[in-house]
Amino acid sequence: MRSAGALLWREYRFERRMFWRNRSAAFFNFLLPLIFLALFGAIVAGHRNELDVIVPGIAGMSVMSTTFTALAYNLTFLREQGVLKRIRGTPLPSGVYLCGLALNAVTNAAIQIGIVVVAGRVFFGLGWPPQPLTLIVFAVVGVAAFALLGAALSHAIPSFESAPAIVNSVFVPVILVSGVFFDVKHVPGFLRDIAQALPLEPLINGLTGGLVQGHGALGSHLTALAVIGLWAVVGVVLAVRGFSWEARRG
Amino acid sequence: MPGVEAAIEVRDLRKSYPASRGAGGAIDAVRGIDFSVARGEIFGLLGPNGAGKTTTVEILEGYRQRTAGAVSVLGFDPSERPRELRARVGIVLQSSGIYAHATVAELLAHFADFYPRPRKIDQVIELAGLAEKRDQQARHLSGGQRRRLDLALALIGDPELIFLDEPTTGFDPAARRGAWQTIRSLRELGKTVLLTTHYLDEAQELADRVAIIKGGRILAEGSPAELGVGAGSRYRVAYANGNGELTIVETDDPTRLLNELTSAALARGEQLNALSVTRPSLEDVYLELTSDA
Repeated sequence: MRSAGALLWREYRFERRMFWRNRSAAFFNFLLPLIFLALFGAIVAGHRNELDVIVPGIAGMSVMSTTFTALAYNLTFLREQGVLKRIRGTPLPSGVYLCGLALNAVTNAAIQIGIVVVAGRVFFGLGWPPQPLTLIVFAVVGVAAFALLGAALSHAIPSFESAPAIVNSVFVPVILVSGVFFDVKHVPGFLRDIAQALPLEPLINGLTGGLVQGHGALGSHLTALAVIGLWAVVGVVLAVRGFSWEARRG
Repeated sequence: MPGVEAAIEVRDLRKSYPASRGAGGAIDAVRGIDFSVARGEIFGLLGPNGAGKTTTVEILEGYRQRTAGAVSVLGFDPSERPRELRARVGIVLQSSGIYAHATVAELLAHFADFYPRPRKIDQVIELAGLAEKRDQQARHLSGGQRRRLDLALALIGDPELIFLDEPTTGFDPAARRGAWQTIRSLRELGKTVLLTTHYLDEAQELADRVAIIKGGRILAEGSPAELGVGAGSRYRVAYANGNGELTIVETDDPTRLLNELTSAALARGEQLNALSVTRPSLEDVYLELTSDA
C-alpha cells in the first residue's frame, strides 16, 4: 500500500483539481478579497493610516473565510452527502483524507494572502512586507486555528441548508468587531476586550506587524500569537471530540 | 463449511441504542442474530424497514460498534476497522454522494490509489456498464448511472467481499435486470456478496441463501427454494370446476390430487379449465412471516 505521504499528496492534488473545476466558485472565491480591497481602498483613498488598517484587515478576513467558513461549509456538505461515510469505508486513512481537505483550504488562504499583498503594493503603495517572518508565522498559526475551528463548527450545523445562516452569524460579527474595516482603537472598551479575546483581532494585529512598516517585529506580537495558539488548541479539542462521519438521522 | 473459513460469521449479535432525548427507553435494534456467509456465496438479508438489516450490515462494515456478540469478517473484527480489512471489502451504501465535478474515470483512478491491488479502471467501467459515461462528470449521470458508479467504486479495489445495501432501489425494470446481471457476474468472479434488500424477487433471483429478519431477529434462513417449500408450505392447485368457478386446493401431495382431479374430469368427459399448480413464492413466505398478525 502507498505511504501516507504519497496518499496525502494524491488526495491534495485531487481536491485542488476539484476546486478549480467548479470555476464559478473558484473565481468568486478569489474575487471577493479584491472587491473588498477595491471598495475600501476607494473609500479611504489617500489616507495612509486607514490603508494600513484595511490591508491587513482584509488579509485576516481572507484567512478566516478560506479556512473557517470554507471548512465549516465543506465538511457539512460532505457529511450530509455521504461522501465522508463513503471515504471512511475505504482503506484511505481518515487522517490523510481530512488533512487533504485542510491543505486545500490552506492553499486558498495562501493564495488570498498573496493577492492582498500584491494588491497592497501595486494599488496602495504599501511596499513589500517589512517583516516577512511575522507574516508567515501569523499566517500559519492563524490558518491552523481557523481551519480547526471551522471543522469544529461544522459539528454544530444540523443541515447544509442551515449552514450559511449559522456560519454567517459567527463570521460577520467577528469581522465587524475585530477591526477588519477600522482601527480597533476606535471601538468602545468592552467590545475591544471581546475582540482581543477572539482569534481574528490578534491575527490582524500580527499581520499588521508583518505587512505594515513600523509595527514591530515578531517579538512585539507574542500576546496576540498566544491568543491564536490557545484558540488552535480549543479548535483541536472541539474538532476531534465532536467529529462525526455521518449526518445525524431524523 | 469444515476446513474453509467463512467470509462472515455472526454469533448472537446484539445492538441497542441508548435512550435518546424525548424518545423513551433504549432501543434494541438487533436482538441476537446468528448467521454465516460462505466464501463465494451471495447471501441476502431480507426484511421490512426498521428490521435491523442496516444496523447489522453497518456493524459488519465497521461503521457501528456492536453491543454484544461475536463478529468476524474475513477473519477480522470489523469494530477495530483494520486497514487491511477495508482494502479487501467493497461497500455500496444505500445513498452516498461523490465529488460532482469529477468524471467517472477520474473518480475510479482516484479511488484505485487507495488500494494495494486495484482492478484496471476500464475493466471496472465495463463491468459496471458505464463505458459510454466514462468521461462524464458525476453530476451529469442519471440516478441509475450514479448507482452503477457506486458499484464501480466499490469494485475498484478488487474486493473479496462486497456489501450491497439496496442496490436497485429506484431502478426501472430494465435497469434492475442489468444490475442483476452485474451482480451475477460478481459470483462468477468468485466474490462473496452480502445483499440487503426489501425486494423479494431480487433475493429470489440472486441469493444462494436468504435470512428473513424482523424486529432484530432472524425469522427464517435458507435457500430461496427451501424457504418457499419448507416451513409447512404446500402446493396450491387451482382449476375451474364444472360451474366455471375457480377452485383452489392446497396439498402436500400434488401428484395424487392431480391424478384424482384429472381422472374424475375424464370420467365425466369434461375439461379441467384454468388448471395450475404453484408453490408458494418466497414472497408468500415473507409476507406470512413478517405480518404483524
